[in-house]
Amino acid sequence: MSEKVLMKGNEAIAEAAIKAGCRFYFGYPITPQTEIAAYMAKRMPKIGGTFLQAESEVSAINMVYGVAGAGYRVMTSSSSPGVSLKQEGISYIAGADLPALIINVQRGGPGLGGIQPSQSDYFQAVKGGGHGDYHLIVYAPASVQEMADYTIKAFDVADKYRMPVMLLADGTMGQMMEPVELPEVSANEIEKPWAVRGTNCARPHNIINSLYLKPEQLEKTNFDRFEKYKEIEKNECLYEEYMTEDADIVLVAFGIAARISKNAVVEARKQGLKVGLIRPITLWPFPSEVLNKTADRVKGFISVELSMGQMIEDVKLATECKKPVRLCNRTGGMIVSPEEVVESVKKLLSEVE
Amino acid sequence: MPNYKFKRVTLFAGHYGSGKTNLAVNFALKMKEQGEQVKIADLDIVNPYFRTKDSAKKLTEAGIELISPAFANTNVDLPALPQEVYKLFSQKGFRAILDIGGDDRGAYALGRYTPSILQENDYEMIFVANFFRPLTRTPQEALEVMREIEGACGIKFTAIINNSNLGKDTTAEVVKNTVKLAEQLSEISRLPVIFTSAETQVAKELDIDGVLPITLQEKFFDIKEN
Repeated sequence: MSEKVLMKGNEAIAEAAIKAGCRFYFGYPITPQTEIAAYMAKRMPKIGGTFLQAESEVSAINMVYGVAGAGYRVMTSSSSPGVSLKQEGISYIAGADLPALIINVQRGGPGLGGIQPSQSDYFQAVKGGGHGDYHLIVYAPASVQEMADYTIKAFDVADKYRMPVMLLADGTMGQMMEPVELPEVSANEIEKPWAVRGTNCARPHNIINSLYLKPEQLEKTNFDRFEKYKEIEKNECLYEEYMTEDADIVLVAFGIAARISKNAVVEARKQGLKVGLIRPITLWPFPSEVLNKTADRVKGFISVELSMGQMIEDVKLATECKKPVRLCNRTGGMIVSPEEVVESVKKLLSEVE
Repeated sequence: MPNYKFKRVTLFAGHYGSGKTNLAVNFALKMKEQGEQVKIADLDIVNPYFRTKDSAKKLTEAGIELISPAFANTNVDLPALPQEVYKLFSQKGFRAILDIGGDDRGAYALGRYTPSILQENDYEMIFVANFFRPLTRTPQEALEVMREIEGACGIKFTAIINNSNLGKDTTAEVVKNTVKLAEQLSEISRLPVIFTSAETQVAKELDIDGVLPITLQEKFFDIKEN
């Protein structure tokens, strides 16, 4: 077993990526995720890897596209405004079926917004973000340990399905320090016969491309890709349930909002209120099945978010509006408190009882 | 506070996230308790998140003057230092504590005050060490960071405080295990380890010499866990 260290979420991501075999990092600094780049700048040269600060986010994501095409583990990281800039490249990477890891340590928006934590890039992460029909697998870690664990998992899953994966964190997750144990990773990397690494004149060329001149061909490619997405929805969905067995009200929250919600559950239970929590760990695929089943036995749901209410739409879709779904939120870099969550539980209970 | 005669100016520097700010704030409060006149300056213009200003209320109430960048803890956190920092060196007769940003990157900002500090020559520059931080796991790595910081600000370290901790998982045993590492760092850097700092409760159970009990200061955003 490896020893514990005290790390910031951002550092944990960087070190975990290195452990997972990532030897290429391209990025451009932006608060609150700059520690990832700073850490990579220190570590990569020592282990024969490449750290490159690109001239812009657009440039960085296209470098990621290039290295992903060559079949090497590669990542970039940014925060909300920077991730917006990367969307064109992410769409190209999805369109070319390439594995890569994109980190978004969210801050308040829209526009330049602010540097404080936020979760308002949910739509962008799970509904496409860039143009065209595609998905990213999106992980939402809720501790520094999970920042490390899901970074490693993200590389494996990206390779397995040949697609870009996103780790959707926020300023708190990036900045907070917690003890973490970095697992020793055995080489999980799979063969990549599609990679563009030179043919040695021994085989036909591999082609990395997202352009299709015939619409029939593009349609078929999209159909095939969505068949793959169905597999992913079946195999890769992750969530955590907390005290939901006898719950009247179930909170739905991810990332830092889930940690706060967990406290709210404990506080509410002290006051005799039966409250539970469902924490999506993958935001796409979304844990729709468990939410739908839960809807049959509870009185209502509260989506706890650091945004104006984005995931709440998926909660409503998942539960087919069988029970009321309310929003408890703060935005713009403000953080919801357990007390506010408990208040919203009481309000909903007074409506449904 | 364990017995140690400090100079007029105390600089806290070290690896990013080693606990410099927390230590500097604790040090300021302890000095004030001992009846000294204390001013503390936040020279960290690298990390806009955890900083001295988080403890502004506590410091001000204790009668300690806090000098920090005008926009600290706002969304327009500009990397500019306030002019008030100069008075720490142009005026004397009080204790000046400086919280320096992490690593060599954070220490560059100190450079503009280096001539005044060296000229007065009444300073102590303390290397805050946490051997549980990923890039200072060994005395050799810590020494490397030390040299980088010295190169960036132009001042040499004069002492070490072992502030090793594992956040919420810190126990007396955990801290005790780092004493040897601190001694090795002392040997290769030829600098004394003046204290081992630990959270008050942990410090009580720590049966080693020179323990400085500290309290954890409030953070700009604190997530309380049950």
